[in-house]
Amino acid sequence: MANTLRPYLAAVRSTLTAAMTLENFASQVVERHNKPEVEAAQSIEVLLNPLVISRNENEQVLIEPSINSIRLSIKIKQADDIERILCHMFTRFMTGRAESFIILRRKPVKGYDISFLVTNFHSETMLKHKLVDFIIQFMEDVDKEISEMKLSLNARARIVAESYLTTFG
Amino acid sequence: MSVPEVFPLSVGPITGHAFNADRSQVCVSLNTNEAQVMAYDGTGWKTTETLSEHDKLITSIDWAPNSNRIVTCSQDRNAYVWTQVPDPQTGVVTWKPTLVLLRINRAATFVRWSPHEDKFAVASGARAIAVCSFDEENNWWVSRLLKKPIRSTVLSIDWHPNNVLLAAGSADQKARVFSAFIKDVDKRPGPTVWGDKLPFNTVCGEWASPNGGWVHSVAFSPSGDAMAFVSHDSSISVVYPAGPGLITIKTTILPYVTLAWTSEGSLVTAGHDCQPHVFQGSENGWAMVGSLDSSKGSHRHTGQRNQIEAFNRFRQADSRGSQSEEDTELLPTVHQNTITSVRAFDGTPEQVIRVSTTGVDGKLVLWDANAVAPVAGLTGKMGGLRM
Repeated sequence: MANTLRPYLAAVRSTLTAAMTLENFASQVVERHNKPEVEAAQSIEVLLNPLVISRNENEQVLIEPSINSIRLSIKIKQADDIERILCHMFTRFMTGRAESFIILRRKPVKGYDISFLVTNFHSETMLKHKLVDFIIQFMEDVDKEISEMKLSLNARARIVAESYLTTFG
Repeated sequence: MSVPEVFPLSVGPITGHAFNADRSQVCVSLNTNEAQVMAYDGTGWKTTETLSEHDKLITSIDWAPNSNRIVTCSQDRNAYVWTQVPDPQTGVVTWKPTLVLLRINRAATFVRWSPHEDKFAVASGARAIAVCSFDEENNWWVSRLLKKPIRSTVLSIDWHPNNVLLAAGSADQKARVFSAFIKDVDKRPGPTVWGDKLPFNTVCGEWASPNGGWVHSVAFSPSGDAMAFVSHDSSISVVYPAGPGLITIKTTILPYVTLAWTSEGSLVTAGHDCQPHVFQGSENGWAMVGSLDSSKGSHRHTGQRNQIEAFNRFRQADSRGSQSEEDTELLPTVHQNTITSVRAFDGTPEQVIRVSTTGVDGKLVLWDANAVAPVAGLTGKMGGLRM
Protein backbone atom coordinates (compact mmCIF):
# COMPACT_ATOMS: atom_id res chain seq x y z
CA MET A 1 0.00 0.00 0.00
CA ALA A 2 2.54 2.49 1.16
CA ASN A 3 4.65 1.74 -1.88
CA THR A 4 2.08 3.24 -4.21
CA LEU A 5 0.91 5.94 -1.81
CA ARG A 6 4.27 7.63 -1.70
CA PRO A 7 4.79 8.30 -5.41
CA TYR A 8 1.12 9.22 -5.68
CA LEU A 9 1.37 11.89 -3.00
CA ALA A 10 4.72 13.04 -4.36
CA ALA A 11 3.16 13.51 -7.79
CA VAL A 12 0.26 15.46 -6.31
CA ARG A 13 2.65 17.58 -4.27
CA SER A 14 4.90 18.56 -7.14
CA THR A 15 1.95 19.23 -9.45
CA LEU A 16 0.30 21.41 -6.84
CA THR A 17 3.51 23.33 -6.21
CA ALA A 18 3.88 24.02 -9.90
CA ALA A 19 0.22 24.89 -10.34
CA MET A 20 0.12 27.24 -7.35
CA THR A 21 1.84 30.03 -9.27
CA LEU A 22 -1.04 32.47 -9.10
CA GLU A 23 -1.32 36.20 -9.59
CA ASN A 24 -3.98 38.85 -9.20
CA PHE A 25 -5.94 38.92 -12.44
CA ALA A 26 -9.04 41.05 -12.95
CA SER A 27 -11.79 39.70 -15.16
CA GLN A 28 -11.46 40.68 -18.80
CA VAL A 29 -15.09 39.83 -19.46
CA VAL A 30 -16.95 41.71 -16.73
CA GLU A 31 -16.00 45.25 -15.76
CA ARG A 32 -14.57 45.82 -12.27
CA HIS A 33 -14.89 42.17 -11.34
CA ASN A 34 -12.19 39.86 -10.10
CA LYS A 35 -13.22 36.23 -9.99
CA PRO A 36 -11.52 32.85 -10.09
CA GLU A 37 -10.99 32.17 -13.77
CA VAL A 38 -11.19 28.41 -13.30
CA GLU A 39 -14.76 28.84 -12.04
CA ALA A 40 -15.84 31.56 -14.46
CA ALA A 41 -14.19 29.81 -17.44
CA GLN A 42 -14.99 32.69 -19.75
CA SER A 43 -11.50 33.38 -21.04
CA ILE A 44 -10.01 30.19 -22.47
CA GLU A 45 -6.49 31.57 -22.81
CA VAL A 46 -5.99 31.98 -19.07
CA LEU A 47 -6.91 28.36 -18.28
CA LEU A 48 -4.28 25.65 -18.29
CA ASN A 49 -4.76 22.00 -19.16
CA PRO A 50 -6.45 20.04 -16.37
CA LEU A 51 -4.49 17.11 -15.05
CA VAL A 52 -5.63 13.83 -13.49
CA ILE A 53 -3.31 11.97 -11.15
CA SER A 54 -4.69 8.57 -10.35
CA ARG A 55 -3.48 5.89 -8.01
CA ASN A 56 -6.12 3.45 -9.17
CA GLU A 57 -9.59 3.78 -10.63
CA ASN A 58 -11.09 4.61 -7.22
CA GLU A 59 -8.53 7.14 -6.06
CA GLN A 60 -7.89 10.12 -8.28
CA VAL A 61 -7.01 13.77 -8.05
CA LEU A 62 -8.06 16.31 -10.67
CA ILE A 63 -6.06 19.55 -10.76
CA GLU A 64 -7.38 22.40 -12.88
CA PRO A 65 -4.99 25.37 -12.91
CA SER A 66 -5.62 28.86 -14.21
CA ILE A 67 -3.96 32.28 -13.98
CA ASN A 68 -5.50 33.28 -10.65
CA SER A 69 -6.94 30.12 -9.13
CA ILE A 70 -6.63 26.36 -9.04
CA ARG A 71 -9.29 23.79 -8.37
CA LEU A 72 -8.34 20.45 -6.89
CA SER A 73 -10.84 17.63 -6.69
CA ILE A 74 -10.32 14.36 -4.86
CA LYS A 75 -12.02 11.03 -5.45
CA ILE A 76 -11.92 9.18 -2.14
CA LYS A 77 -11.56 5.40 -2.07
CA GLN A 78 -14.94 3.69 -1.54
CA ALA A 79 -14.70 -0.10 -1.57
CA ASP A 80 -18.15 -1.06 -0.29
CA ASP A 81 -21.51 0.36 0.77
CA ILE A 82 -20.40 1.21 4.30
CA GLU A 83 -17.45 3.20 3.01
CA ARG A 84 -19.69 4.91 0.49
CA ILE A 85 -22.08 6.01 3.24
CA LEU A 86 -19.29 7.07 5.55
CA CYS A 87 -17.58 9.05 2.79
CA HIS A 88 -20.82 10.78 1.94
CA MET A 89 -21.44 11.73 5.59
CA PHE A 90 -17.87 12.85 6.04
CA THR A 91 -17.75 15.11 2.99
CA ARG A 92 -21.17 16.49 3.84
CA PHE A 93 -19.92 17.36 7.31
CA MET A 94 -16.91 19.14 5.82
CA THR A 95 -18.67 21.07 3.06
CA GLY A 96 -21.35 22.17 5.51
CA ARG A 97 -18.56 23.99 7.34
CA ALA A 98 -16.71 25.16 4.25
CA GLU A 99 -16.07 28.72 5.52
CA SER A 100 -13.96 27.40 8.37
CA PHE A 101 -11.79 25.47 5.93
CA ILE A 102 -11.34 28.61 3.77
CA ILE A 103 -10.15 26.81 0.63
CA LEU A 104 -12.85 24.15 0.63
CA ARG A 105 -15.45 24.34 -2.12
CA ARG A 106 -19.07 23.89 -1.11
CA LYS A 107 -19.91 21.54 -3.94
CA PRO A 108 -17.57 18.96 -5.39
CA VAL A 109 -16.83 18.82 -9.10
CA LYS A 110 -18.93 16.18 -10.87
CA GLY A 111 -17.43 12.75 -10.51
CA TYR A 112 -15.38 13.65 -7.42
CA ASP A 113 -16.12 13.59 -3.70
CA ILE A 114 -14.57 16.81 -2.45
CA SER A 115 -13.09 19.90 -4.12
CA PHE A 116 -10.78 22.70 -3.04
CA LEU A 117 -10.53 26.11 -4.66
CA VAL A 118 -7.32 28.05 -4.04
CA THR A 119 -7.29 31.61 -5.37
CA ASN A 120 -4.49 34.15 -5.50
CA PHE A 121 -5.96 35.78 -2.37
CA HIS A 122 -5.35 32.56 -0.44
CA SER A 123 -1.81 32.15 -1.70
CA GLU A 124 -1.13 35.79 -0.79
CA THR A 125 -2.29 35.49 2.81
CA MET A 126 -0.99 31.98 3.47
CA LEU A 127 2.36 30.36 2.82
CA LYS A 128 2.16 28.43 -0.43
CA HIS A 129 4.10 25.41 0.77
CA LYS A 130 1.85 25.23 3.84
CA LEU A 131 -1.23 25.17 1.63
CA VAL A 132 0.27 22.27 -0.30
CA ASP A 133 1.11 20.53 2.98
CA PHE A 134 -2.45 21.00 4.17
CA ILE A 135 -3.95 19.37 1.10
CA ILE A 136 -1.52 16.45 1.19
CA GLN A 137 -2.23 16.02 4.90
CA PHE A 138 -5.94 16.03 4.16
CA MET A 139 -5.63 13.40 1.44
CA GLU A 140 -3.69 11.19 3.77
CA ASP A 141 -5.99 11.64 6.77
CA VAL A 142 -9.26 11.17 4.96
CA ASP A 143 -8.51 7.53 4.10
CA LYS A 144 -7.33 6.85 7.61
CA GLU A 145 -10.41 8.53 9.08
CA ILE A 146 -12.85 6.57 6.96
CA SER A 147 -11.22 3.19 7.62
CA GLU A 148 -11.18 3.96 11.36
CA MET A 149 -14.85 4.89 11.28
CA LYS A 150 -15.59 1.71 9.39
CA LEU A 151 -13.80 -0.40 12.01
CA SER A 152 -15.60 1.24 14.92
CA LEU A 153 -18.90 0.92 13.09
CA ASN A 154 -18.34 -2.79 12.57
CA ALA A 155 -17.32 -3.27 16.20
CA ARG A 156 -20.38 -1.43 17.37
CA ALA A 157 -22.65 -3.47 15.10
CA ARG A 158 -21.18 -6.65 16.48
CA ILE A 159 -21.76 -5.59 20.10
CA VAL A 160 -25.31 -4.51 19.34
CA ALA A 161 -26.05 -7.76 17.57
CA GLU A 162 -24.54 -9.81 20.37
CA SER A 163 -26.47 -8.09 23.12
CA TYR A 164 -29.65 -8.31 21.08
CA LEU A 165 -29.26 -11.99 20.33
CA THR A 166 -28.40 -12.93 23.94
CA THR A 167 -32.05 -12.33 24.85
CA PHE A 168 -32.98 -15.17 22.50
CA GLY A 169 -29.99 -17.28 23.46
CA MET B 1 29.59 38.87 -0.22
CA SER B 2 27.27 41.73 0.50
CA VAL B 3 24.10 41.11 2.44
CA PRO B 4 20.84 42.22 0.84
CA GLU B 5 19.02 44.99 2.69
CA VAL B 6 15.56 43.80 3.73
CA PHE B 7 12.74 46.19 4.64
CA PRO B 8 9.47 44.57 5.68
CA LEU B 9 6.88 47.16 4.63
CA SER B 10 3.70 45.21 5.24
CA VAL B 11 2.27 41.80 5.99
CA GLY B 12 0.32 41.52 2.77
CA PRO B 13 1.45 41.80 -0.82
CA ILE B 14 3.12 44.82 -2.42
CA THR B 15 1.56 45.16 -5.85
CA GLY B 16 3.91 47.78 -7.21
CA HIS B 17 6.85 49.94 -6.22
CA ALA B 18 8.71 52.90 -7.71
CA PHE B 19 11.57 55.01 -6.35
CA ASN B 20 12.13 58.70 -6.94
CA ALA B 21 15.22 60.04 -8.71
CA ASP B 22 17.57 60.18 -5.69
CA ARG B 23 16.12 57.00 -4.14
CA SER B 24 15.18 58.77 -0.90
CA GLN B 25 11.49 58.04 -1.35
CA VAL B 26 9.51 55.09 -2.58
CA CYS B 27 5.90 54.85 -3.67
CA VAL B 28 4.28 51.49 -2.99
CA SER B 29 0.80 50.09 -3.02
CA LEU B 30 0.16 47.57 -0.28
CA ASN B 31 -2.55 45.55 -2.04
CA THR B 32 -5.14 48.27 -1.43
CA ASN B 33 -6.74 51.10 -3.34
CA GLU B 34 -4.26 53.56 -1.81
CA ALA B 35 -0.63 54.20 -2.63
CA GLN B 36 1.87 55.13 0.06
CA VAL B 37 4.74 57.54 -0.43
CA MET B 38 7.44 56.48 2.01
CA ALA B 39 10.65 58.22 3.01
CA TYR B 40 13.77 56.65 4.47
CA ASP B 41 14.53 57.87 7.99
CA GLY B 42 17.80 56.04 8.59
CA THR B 43 16.27 52.87 9.99
CA GLY B 44 13.22 52.12 7.90
CA TRP B 45 10.65 53.43 5.47
CA LYS B 46 7.95 55.62 7.02
CA THR B 47 4.80 56.71 5.25
CA THR B 48 4.81 60.44 4.61
CA GLU B 49 1.74 60.68 2.44
CA THR B 50 -1.10 58.48 1.23
CA LEU B 51 -2.37 58.84 -2.29
CA SER B 52 -6.03 57.89 -2.23
CA GLU B 53 -8.17 58.45 -5.26
CA HIS B 54 -8.61 54.99 -6.75
CA ASP B 55 -11.45 52.83 -5.54
CA LYS B 56 -10.02 49.43 -6.42
CA LEU B 57 -6.67 47.68 -6.12
CA ILE B 58 -3.72 49.67 -7.48
CA THR B 59 -1.89 47.37 -9.86
CA SER B 60 1.15 49.38 -10.90
CA ILE B 61 3.07 52.54 -10.05
CA ASP B 62 5.78 54.48 -11.85
CA TRP B 63 7.71 57.57 -10.76
CA ALA B 64 9.18 59.86 -13.44
CA PRO B 65 12.68 60.70 -12.17
CA ASN B 66 13.21 64.07 -13.87
CA SER B 67 9.77 65.65 -13.84
CA ASN B 68 9.01 64.12 -10.40
CA ARG B 69 5.54 62.88 -11.22
CA ILE B 70 3.89 59.64 -10.11
CA VAL B 71 1.47 57.70 -12.23
CA THR B 72 -0.73 55.00 -10.72
CA CYS B 73 -3.18 52.66 -12.39
CA SER B 74 -5.79 50.44 -10.88
CA GLN B 75 -8.35 47.72 -11.45
CA ASP B 76 -11.04 50.45 -11.33
CA ARG B 77 -10.06 51.21 -15.01
CA ASN B 78 -8.47 54.56 -14.16
CA ALA B 79 -5.03 56.05 -14.00
CA TYR B 80 -3.97 59.20 -12.17
CA VAL B 81 -0.94 61.40 -12.60
CA TRP B 82 0.20 62.85 -9.27
CA THR B 83 2.18 66.08 -9.11
CA GLN B 84 3.54 67.92 -6.09
CA VAL B 85 1.88 71.30 -5.68
CA PRO B 86 1.95 73.73 -2.74
CA ASP B 87 -1.35 74.30 -0.98
CA PRO B 88 -2.58 77.87 -1.71
CA GLN B 89 -3.38 78.60 1.96
CA THR B 90 -0.78 76.79 4.00
CA GLY B 91 1.99 76.38 1.46
CA VAL B 92 2.43 72.72 2.34
CA VAL B 93 3.52 70.66 -0.64
CA THR B 94 1.16 67.78 -1.32
CA TRP B 95 0.54 65.30 -4.12
CA LYS B 96 -2.43 66.25 -6.28
CA PRO B 97 -4.07 63.85 -8.73
CA THR B 98 -4.98 64.51 -12.34
CA LEU B 99 -7.40 62.11 -13.98
CA VAL B 100 -6.35 60.49 -17.24
CA LEU B 101 -8.93 59.80 -19.93
CA LEU B 102 -7.90 56.23 -20.59
CA ARG B 103 -10.97 55.11 -22.58
CA ILE B 104 -10.53 51.51 -21.47
CA ASN B 105 -13.36 49.52 -19.94
CA ARG B 106 -11.46 46.82 -18.05
CA ALA B 107 -8.82 46.79 -15.34
CA ALA B 108 -5.58 48.68 -15.95
CA THR B 109 -2.73 46.30 -15.22
CA PHE B 110 0.59 48.03 -15.77
CA VAL B 111 1.92 51.55 -16.30
CA ARG B 112 5.29 53.00 -17.31
CA TRP B 113 6.55 56.51 -18.11
CA SER B 114 8.34 56.91 -21.41
CA PRO B 115 12.08 57.76 -21.17
CA HIS B 116 11.45 61.45 -22.05
CA GLU B 117 8.56 61.55 -19.55
CA ASP B 118 6.18 63.25 -21.98
CA LYS B 119 4.09 60.10 -22.48
CA PHE B 120 3.14 57.03 -20.53
CA ALA B 121 1.54 53.76 -21.49
CA VAL B 122 -1.13 51.87 -19.57
CA ALA B 123 -1.69 48.19 -20.22
CA SER B 124 -5.15 46.87 -19.63
CA GLY B 125 -7.48 43.92 -19.55
CA ALA B 126 -9.50 45.50 -22.36
CA ARG B 127 -7.07 43.93 -24.88
CA ALA B 128 -5.55 47.35 -25.44
CA ILE B 129 -2.70 49.59 -24.44
CA ALA B 130 -3.49 53.26 -23.82
CA VAL B 131 -0.65 55.57 -24.83
CA CYS B 132 -1.23 58.85 -23.02
CA SER B 133 0.14 62.30 -23.73
CA PHE B 134 -0.63 65.70 -22.22
CA ASP B 135 -3.13 67.94 -23.96
CA GLU B 136 -2.12 71.54 -23.20
CA GLU B 137 -5.37 73.09 -24.45
CA ASN B 138 -7.66 71.19 -22.15
CA ASN B 139 -5.15 70.58 -19.38
CA TRP B 140 -5.66 66.83 -19.20
CA TRP B 141 -4.04 63.61 -20.30
CA VAL B 142 -5.50 62.09 -23.46
CA SER B 143 -4.89 58.61 -24.73
CA ARG B 144 -4.64 56.76 -28.00
CA LEU B 145 -5.27 53.04 -27.97
CA LEU B 146 -3.01 50.35 -29.36
CA LYS B 147 -5.44 47.56 -30.10
CA LYS B 148 -4.72 45.70 -33.24
CA PRO B 149 -3.38 42.21 -32.78
CA ILE B 150 -3.76 42.03 -28.98
CA ARG B 151 -6.13 39.22 -28.05
CA SER B 152 -5.97 39.09 -24.26
CA THR B 153 -5.04 41.03 -21.14
CA VAL B 154 -1.74 42.87 -21.49
CA LEU B 155 0.36 41.95 -18.47
CA SER B 156 3.39 44.20 -18.87
CA ILE B 157 4.96 46.86 -21.06
CA ASP B 158 8.34 48.53 -21.47
CA TRP B 159 9.56 51.59 -23.38
CA HIS B 160 12.42 51.61 -25.87
CA PRO B 161 15.05 54.29 -25.05
CA ASN B 162 14.06 56.20 -28.24
CA ASN B 163 10.69 57.11 -26.63
CA VAL B 164 8.68 55.67 -29.52
CA LEU B 165 8.77 51.89 -29.45
CA LEU B 166 6.82 49.96 -26.85
CA ALA B 167 7.16 46.28 -25.92
CA ALA B 168 4.15 44.45 -24.53
CA GLY B 169 3.65 40.98 -23.15
CA SER B 170 0.18 39.59 -22.84
CA ALA B 171 -1.85 36.61 -21.70
CA ASP B 172 -2.36 35.51 -25.31
CA GLN B 173 1.16 34.05 -25.03
CA LYS B 174 2.81 36.62 -27.26
CA ALA B 175 5.35 39.38 -26.80
CA ARG B 176 5.08 42.22 -29.27
CA VAL B 177 6.86 45.43 -30.16
CA PHE B 178 4.64 48.34 -31.18
CA SER B 179 5.23 51.86 -32.35
CA ALA B 180 3.63 54.38 -29.99
CA PHE B 181 4.55 57.37 -32.12
CA ILE B 182 2.36 60.41 -31.43
CA LYS B 183 2.72 63.18 -33.97
CA ASP B 184 2.36 66.20 -31.69
CA VAL B 185 4.73 64.89 -29.04
CA ASP B 186 7.47 62.95 -30.79
CA LYS B 187 10.01 63.98 -33.34
CA ARG B 188 10.43 61.51 -36.16
CA PRO B 189 12.66 58.77 -34.75
CA GLY B 190 15.76 57.54 -36.52
CA PRO B 191 15.83 54.02 -37.92
CA THR B 192 16.31 51.27 -35.37
CA VAL B 193 16.85 47.55 -35.61
CA TRP B 194 13.10 47.18 -35.10
CA GLY B 195 12.12 49.13 -38.22
CA ASP B 196 12.49 52.35 -40.16
CA LYS B 197 9.03 53.77 -40.73
CA LEU B 198 7.01 53.83 -37.54
CA PRO B 199 3.50 55.31 -37.68
CA PHE B 200 1.26 54.70 -34.65
CA ASN B 201 0.29 51.06 -34.04
CA THR B 202 2.90 49.55 -36.37
CA VAL B 203 3.64 46.04 -35.13
CA CYS B 204 7.40 45.72 -35.40
CA GLY B 205 7.50 42.14 -34.27
CA GLU B 206 5.58 39.39 -32.58
CA TRP B 207 7.11 36.43 -30.77
CA ALA B 208 5.30 33.53 -29.13
CA SER B 209 6.51 32.10 -25.86
CA PRO B 210 8.18 28.74 -26.52
CA ASN B 211 5.63 26.47 -24.84
CA GLY B 212 2.61 28.72 -24.81
CA GLY B 213 2.83 30.43 -21.45
CA TRP B 214 1.47 33.85 -20.60
CA VAL B 215 4.14 36.50 -21.10
CA HIS B 216 4.53 38.01 -17.63
CA SER B 217 7.19 40.62 -18.25
CA VAL B 218 9.04 42.30 -21.10
CA ALA B 219 12.02 44.64 -21.14
CA PHE B 220 14.27 46.32 -23.68
CA SER B 221 18.02 46.15 -23.18
CA PRO B 222 19.75 49.46 -22.27
CA SER B 223 20.70 50.08 -25.91
CA GLY B 224 17.23 49.08 -27.12
CA ASP B 225 18.65 46.62 -29.65
CA ALA B 226 17.42 43.56 -27.79
CA MET B 227 14.29 42.66 -25.89
CA ALA B 228 13.80 39.98 -23.24
CA PHE B 229 10.61 38.42 -21.99
CA VAL B 230 9.71 35.81 -19.38
CA SER B 231 6.71 33.56 -19.66
CA HIS B 232 4.70 31.18 -17.54
CA ASP B 233 6.27 28.10 -19.16
CA SER B 234 9.36 28.78 -16.98
CA SER B 235 11.31 30.11 -19.91
CA ILE B 236 13.14 33.30 -20.67
CA SER B 237 13.61 34.55 -24.22
CA VAL B 238 15.84 37.24 -25.67
CA VAL B 239 15.11 38.71 -29.10
CA TYR B 240 17.84 40.15 -31.34
CA PRO B 241 16.01 41.40 -34.43
CA ALA B 242 19.27 42.38 -36.14
CA GLY B 243 21.10 39.20 -35.21
CA PRO B 244 20.04 35.62 -34.59
CA GLY B 245 16.44 36.40 -33.72
CA LEU B 246 14.93 34.55 -30.77
CA ILE B 247 17.13 32.93 -28.13
CA THR B 248 15.24 30.83 -25.58
CA ILE B 249 16.37 29.35 -22.28
CA LYS B 250 14.12 26.81 -20.67
CA THR B 251 14.45 26.29 -16.96
CA THR B 252 13.15 23.67 -14.57
CA ILE B 253 12.17 26.02 -11.74
CA LEU B 254 8.87 27.77 -11.09
CA PRO B 255 7.95 30.51 -13.60
CA TYR B 256 9.49 33.96 -13.56
CA VAL B 257 7.16 36.93 -13.27
CA THR B 258 9.44 39.92 -13.70
CA LEU B 259 12.78 40.88 -15.15
CA ALA B 260 15.17 43.84 -15.39
CA TRP B 261 18.30 44.38 -17.46
CA THR B 262 21.39 45.22 -15.44
CA SER B 263 23.70 45.76 -18.41
CA GLU B 264 23.74 45.02 -22.13
CA GLY B 265 24.81 41.46 -21.39
CA SER B 266 23.05 40.57 -18.18
CA LEU B 267 19.61 40.60 -16.64
CA VAL B 268 17.91 39.74 -13.37
CA THR B 269 14.71 37.72 -13.29
CA ALA B 270 12.52 36.80 -10.34
CA GLY B 271 9.19 35.20 -9.72
CA HIS B 272 7.51 32.26 -8.07
CA ASP B 273 10.84 30.74 -7.06
CA CYS B 274 11.17 33.58 -4.50
CA GLN B 275 14.74 34.48 -5.43
CA PRO B 276 16.29 36.70 -8.12
CA HIS B 277 18.31 34.83 -10.75
CA VAL B 278 20.98 36.33 -12.96
CA PHE B 279 21.32 35.50 -16.65
CA GLN B 280 24.24 36.55 -18.80
CA GLY B 281 24.90 36.29 -22.48
CA SER B 282 25.07 37.99 -25.83
CA GLU B 283 23.85 37.38 -29.36
CA ASN B 284 25.75 34.10 -29.26
CA GLY B 285 23.72 32.64 -26.44
CA TRP B 286 22.42 33.13 -22.94
CA ALA B 287 22.79 31.11 -19.75
CA MET B 288 21.86 31.31 -16.10
CA VAL B 289 24.86 32.20 -13.96
CA GLY B 290 23.36 32.11 -10.51
CA SER B 291 21.17 33.62 -7.86
CA LEU B 292 21.47 36.88 -5.94
CA ASP B 293 20.06 35.13 -2.89
CA SER B 294 22.92 33.47 -1.04
CA SER B 295 21.08 33.11 2.26
CA LYS B 296 21.49 29.83 4.04
CA GLY B 297 17.98 30.34 5.22
CA SER B 298 17.25 28.47 8.38
CA HIS B 299 19.18 28.77 11.61
CA ARG B 300 18.87 25.10 12.36
CA HIS B 301 22.02 23.00 12.65
CA THR B 302 21.79 20.44 9.94
CA GLY B 303 24.72 18.45 11.29
CA GLN B 304 23.27 17.67 14.70
CA ARG B 305 20.19 15.76 13.80
CA ASN B 306 19.38 13.06 16.33
CA GLN B 307 17.80 9.71 15.66
CA ILE B 308 14.22 10.73 16.33
CA GLU B 309 14.49 13.62 13.94
CA ALA B 310 15.92 11.35 11.29
CA PHE B 311 13.18 8.81 11.92
CA ASN B 312 10.51 11.49 11.64
CA ARG B 313 12.01 12.72 8.44
CA PHE B 314 11.97 9.32 6.78
CA ARG B 315 8.50 8.59 8.08
CA GLN B 316 7.30 11.85 6.63
CA ALA B 317 8.99 11.21 3.34
CA ASP B 318 7.33 7.81 3.23
CA SER B 319 3.84 8.77 4.30
CA ARG B 320 3.44 12.21 2.78
CA GLY B 321 5.74 12.16 -0.20
CA SER B 322 7.43 15.12 1.43
CA GLN B 323 10.88 16.18 0.31
CA SER B 324 11.26 18.91 2.87
CA GLU B 325 12.84 18.66 6.27
CA GLU B 326 10.42 18.30 9.17
CA ASP B 327 7.90 21.09 9.05
CA THR B 328 9.93 24.03 7.90
CA GLU B 329 8.07 27.15 8.95
CA LEU B 330 9.76 29.43 6.46
CA LEU B 331 11.40 29.15 3.08
CA PRO B 332 15.21 29.35 3.03
CA THR B 333 15.09 32.40 0.78
CA VAL B 334 14.96 36.10 1.70
CA HIS B 335 11.58 36.59 0.07
CA GLN B 336 8.95 34.30 1.53
CA ASN B 337 6.55 34.47 -1.39
CA THR B 338 6.46 35.32 -5.08
CA ILE B 339 8.56 38.29 -6.19
CA THR B 340 6.34 40.41 -8.39
CA SER B 341 8.59 43.31 -9.29
CA VAL B 342 12.31 43.80 -9.84
CA ARG B 343 13.69 47.22 -10.84
CA ALA B 344 17.05 48.92 -11.17
CA PHE B 345 18.02 50.88 -8.05
CA ASP B 346 21.59 52.16 -8.36
CA GLY B 347 23.84 52.96 -11.28
CA THR B 348 23.21 53.72 -14.92
CA PRO B 349 21.03 51.59 -17.20
CA GLU B 350 24.22 50.26 -18.82
CA GLN B 351 25.73 49.25 -15.48
CA VAL B 352 23.20 48.69 -12.71
CA ILE B 353 24.84 48.29 -9.30
CA ARG B 354 21.83 47.41 -7.18
CA VAL B 355 18.33 46.19 -7.90
CA SER B 356 15.23 46.41 -5.74
CA THR B 357 12.57 43.73 -5.47
CA THR B 358 9.14 43.60 -3.90
CA GLY B 359 6.81 40.69 -3.61
CA VAL B 360 3.70 39.11 -2.25
CA ASP B 361 5.34 38.73 1.18
CA GLY B 362 5.38 42.52 1.69
CA LYS B 363 9.17 42.89 1.73
CA LEU B 364 11.26 45.45 -0.11
CA VAL B 365 14.76 44.09 -0.69
CA LEU B 366 17.82 45.83 -2.15
CA TRP B 367 20.31 43.44 -3.78
CA ASP B 368 23.83 43.92 -5.03
CA ALA B 369 23.36 43.10 -8.71
CA ASN B 370 26.88 41.73 -9.06
CA ALA B 371 26.99 39.47 -6.00
CA VAL B 372 26.01 36.31 -7.80
CA ALA B 373 25.91 33.08 -5.84
CA PRO B 374 25.93 29.71 -7.56
CA VAL B 375 22.52 28.33 -8.40
CA ALA B 376 20.72 26.19 -5.89
CA GLY B 377 17.10 25.47 -6.57
CA LEU B 378 14.56 25.91 -3.84
CA THR B 379 14.03 22.19 -3.55
CA GLY B 380 17.76 21.59 -3.26
CA LYS B 381 18.03 24.10 -0.45
CA MET B 382 15.04 22.70 1.34
CA GLY B 383 16.57 19.25 1.30
CA GLY B 384 19.46 20.67 3.31
CA LEU B 385 21.87 19.96 0.49
CA ARG B 386 23.34 23.43 0.78
CA MET B 387 25.49 23.92 3.82
